[in-house]
Amino acid sequence: MSIESSIGTLAQDDEAAELKQSTLKAIIGATMTLVGLVLLWEMLVRQFQVPSWLLPAPSLIWQSMLEWRSELVEHSLVTLYETLMGYALAIAISVPLAVAVVYSPLLQNTIYPILLALQSMPKVAIAPLLALWIGFGALPKIVVVFLVCFFPIIVATTSGLTAVPTSLMDLIRSLSASQLQTFVKIRFPTAMPHIFVGLKIAITFAVIGAVIGEFVGSENGLGYLILISTSQSRTPLAFGALVLLTVMSIVLYYAVALIERIAVPWAPRN
Amino acid sequence: MTILLMPHIEVCDVSLVYDTPSGRVSAVEQVSFNIEASEFLCIVGPSGCGKSTLLNLIAGFLVPSDGQIRIAGEAVRGHGLDRGVVFQDFAQLFPWRTALGNVCFGLEMKGIAKPQRQDIARRQLALVKLEKFAHSYPHHLSGGMQQRVAIARALAYNPAVLLMDEPFAALDAMTREELGFELLRIWDTDKKTVIFVTHNITEAILLADRVVAMTPRPGRIARIIDIALARPRTIEMEFSTAFKSYSDQIREVIYHGASRA
Repeated sequence: MSIESSIGTLAQDDEAAELKQSTLKAIIGATMTLVGLVLLWEMLVRQFQVPSWLLPAPSLIWQSMLEWRSELVEHSLVTLYETLMGYALAIAISVPLAVAVVYSPLLQNTIYPILLALQSMPKVAIAPLLALWIGFGALPKIVVVFLVCFFPIIVATTSGLTAVPTSLMDLIRSLSASQLQTFVKIRFPTAMPHIFVGLKIAITFAVIGAVIGEFVGSENGLGYLILISTSQSRTPLAFGALVLLTVMSIVLYYAVALIERIAVPWAPRN
Repeated sequence: MTILLMPHIEVCDVSLVYDTPSGRVSAVEQVSFNIEASEFLCIVGPSGCGKSTLLNLIAGFLVPSDGQIRIAGEAVRGHGLDRGVVFQDFAQLFPWRTALGNVCFGLEMKGIAKPQRQDIARRQLALVKLEKFAHSYPHHLSGGMQQRVAIARALAYNPAVLLMDEPFAALDAMTREELGFELLRIWDTDKKTVIFVTHNITEAILLADRVVAMTPRPGRIARIIDIALARPRTIEMEFSTAFKSYSDQIREVIYHGASRA
């Protein structure tokens, strides 16, 4: 037994060290590739003297980002707000709805097809209607974000809630647990890793949703900034906004992943 | 006082018939036997002989189509805290709970206060020699250690009966043997009534006071064999002539049916 236990801990330590090393390698690799591509871009643009309104060099994009930094920050905050609000709304509605669907076959048969139909509609086509119905403020963008986010969350939550192994179900039955106890202590924790899969997919859509909303009609936000600056041939600024959108999306994704680590410490890491 | 004189568990003429698309399948047919208090009973047989079904009937997860199961004189109606269950697969532990949290679970459902249940859980973990791993999550434990946690969890709320459904089947041969003796040591301390399902004949003889040999299609008891090996059991007993004769008897019954045995 003592041998078994010490092997257990050793394996754990080894694994952790290996994981750290491979993560470091991955980060270095990704950074080097990115730097290389940006340098190549810069070189090619200079070599072939591509006009800046067509394809600006990275250095020029950086310059215009510095020049317009206060506007960029302002519009970023607008987009971030719409994204987070829509995302939160999607979670607040999807998770309880998934619970309802799991517990009610009737809802499963009635609501699910409607949700699928909603999901199949192109959001770009719905966005103008939303503008027509609820105007040009933040709300229509929040609704678009909600629309692109809710589906992955509800699908992941539903499959998670039904993924309880039979032995766990039998066990909890043998302990005479109530429905509520079964839900709180078994079903929901089982679903957690699944829910986070949905949340991670949804967050990458969220920023896109906000930009779609802003494209259709708005007076601020990074999507609006891109639209305005391209129409005025300020391509470097459009690229600057694009860079910020990408960064925002990546940061949000890793924020969700970090929350997952804290909330689901038992999930296998990859 | 009469209660002490009667068998702890009585299985009376129990049958279970499944309705499947291809017709009615008899999983267990007219099974009858008694189990004394503190007895270690093994049910052995090839896959499909209904041994796990029988265990699930005793656990109350399934309801017999016919017949009755009584525990301490009371007819079994569903599941209850008088029976602790250990399953085969590792998925039976809660991945989101530490070893300690897993063992606490049954006590929590029983409504025992936190300091008290942690106290009991720690003692149970010590019993299965895992006190150092109280705060490890299942995915950091080996298969053998996970099954130890499952055993500690089943014993924690002090059920009178321990039901084990091939608990060591997914383990490697050596761990399996080690855990078998470990289980006997634990059983020796608290003398619970144990029903242990396995398809491994050697394991059954090594552990049991009596072995129930079952044959498939329909699941029936072919024979019940008393194992008169001394306790504590040792690994050397496996090579004794008595052990071999038990093993031959069981094999004969299982492979050639009750009629020729």
